[in-house]
Amino acid sequence: MTDSLKLHFTINGQEHHGEAEPRLLLVDYIRHHLGLTGSHVGCEHGVCGACTILLDGQPVRSCLMFAVQANGREIRTVESLGTPEAMHLLQEAFHAAHGLQCGFCTPGFLMTLVPYLEEHPNPSEDEIRHAISGNICRCTGYQHIVDAIVLAAQKMNA
Amino acid sequence: MKPAPFEYHAPDSLEAALALRAEHGDEAKALAGGQSLIPAMNFRIAQPALLVDLNGVDELRFIRMEGDELRIGAMTTQNTLERSELAAKHQPLLFETVPFVAHPQIRNRGTLGGSIAHADPAAELPVAAVALDARMKAQSVDGERWIPAKQFFQGFFTVDLQPNEYLTEIAFPAMPPRTGWSFMEVARRHGDYAMCGVAARVTLDGKGKCKAARLVYLNVGEGPVDAEGAAALLVGEKITPESSAAAAEKASAEISPFGSVHASPEYQTHLARVLTKRALRRAHERAQAAS
Repeated sequence: MTDSLKLHFTINGQEHHGEAEPRLLLVDYIRHHLGLTGSHVGCEHGVCGACTILLDGQPVRSCLMFAVQANGREIRTVESLGTPEAMHLLQEAFHAAHGLQCGFCTPGFLMTLVPYLEEHPNPSEDEIRHAISGNICRCTGYQHIVDAIVLAAQKMNA
Repeated sequence: MKPAPFEYHAPDSLEAALALRAEHGDEAKALAGGQSLIPAMNFRIAQPALLVDLNGVDELRFIRMEGDELRIGAMTTQNTLERSELAAKHQPLLFETVPFVAHPQIRNRGTLGGSIAHADPAAELPVAAVALDARMKAQSVDGERWIPAKQFFQGFFTVDLQPNEYLTEIAFPAMPPRTGWSFMEVARRHGDYAMCGVAARVTLDGKGKCKAARLVYLNVGEGPVDAEGAAALLVGEKITPESSAAAAEKASAEISPFGSVHASPEYQTHLARVLTKRALRRAHERAQAAS
């Protein structure tokens, strides 16, 4: 054990103060200390993308950062997107187009895609497949995920 | 799958980081983007006793021109680099290479200096650095020295850095006039470790013949493999399908792929031949366009 260090950051719009041992991964802090279990832990080495969150607006792997490295930063997790009653447009599109089966990978896809669609409002199918190359889905075969993203882009532009 | 305990320091200046390095030597492992180090720590393949997190050292994040050299701070993220107009304009080979590095989420954290100091034989950026004759700036509390890329990479995950030094800056000299370039790789999926890749550079003389060439390969040796013999074959020749094929054949004898579950050494060698011919064609087209 090493001593815990103080940390403070903003998460989903809320200021947070806490402490963590330096070796604690950010995703474990978010899940176990903050109780936000929407960010999933898949591979723990940066390959699967299930733990993707936004750090200062950019998608990053929360399994490849220590919690103490989030000091002073702004974090958004999938919990910030919508609620079951009022889903985010992207979540609605995944629902409508069957963009998920077991749903384990979905939070990572969503957090990758929120800033992507803001920057690329009208992506081609090829560009979409490139954009999601860092997220693994073992259920869908990706086709319905691509359909969902096309649908989300259409709705955003409507 | 959780890192072993370590002592953590997050200096906010280069001076403070170098002081920690001077005090603790090789124990003071630099944490740059962490996109290779933290996976290794999660698996406990790496168990550094002390991490010096360089993410707070803002003075190591810059992209600027000095004379005709592009100078890049070691902590510049790959994402910043792939959006840099200066890099696009002055170092198009480097600019073309960056999007091949892993995935966007990784490039948002991963840094140029981290990738180069890590020296993974399968990494793209060390190959681009060798192909471009980049220079590495190593700094310590005692001063600084510049190391040519080719000397910097010394084998598997091994670079020319002393226990009191950190890599702080990479300088990319301007490419000569009438130079074309290309970076290509083959991976099973975009963002995966490539089975083979090549950075090619071709400079033409006034008559359209090859004046100088570089062919540098990834994941077919202990570090970036500079196929000097193959490049030498091209000098004084026109870049044609025949001369390119001869260079590809020569290069295939200069590499030493290890093979993996995804590709046998024979297949990697086949890829090297094919990529050499394609990359030379593309580099030649660009050199002609620049002539």
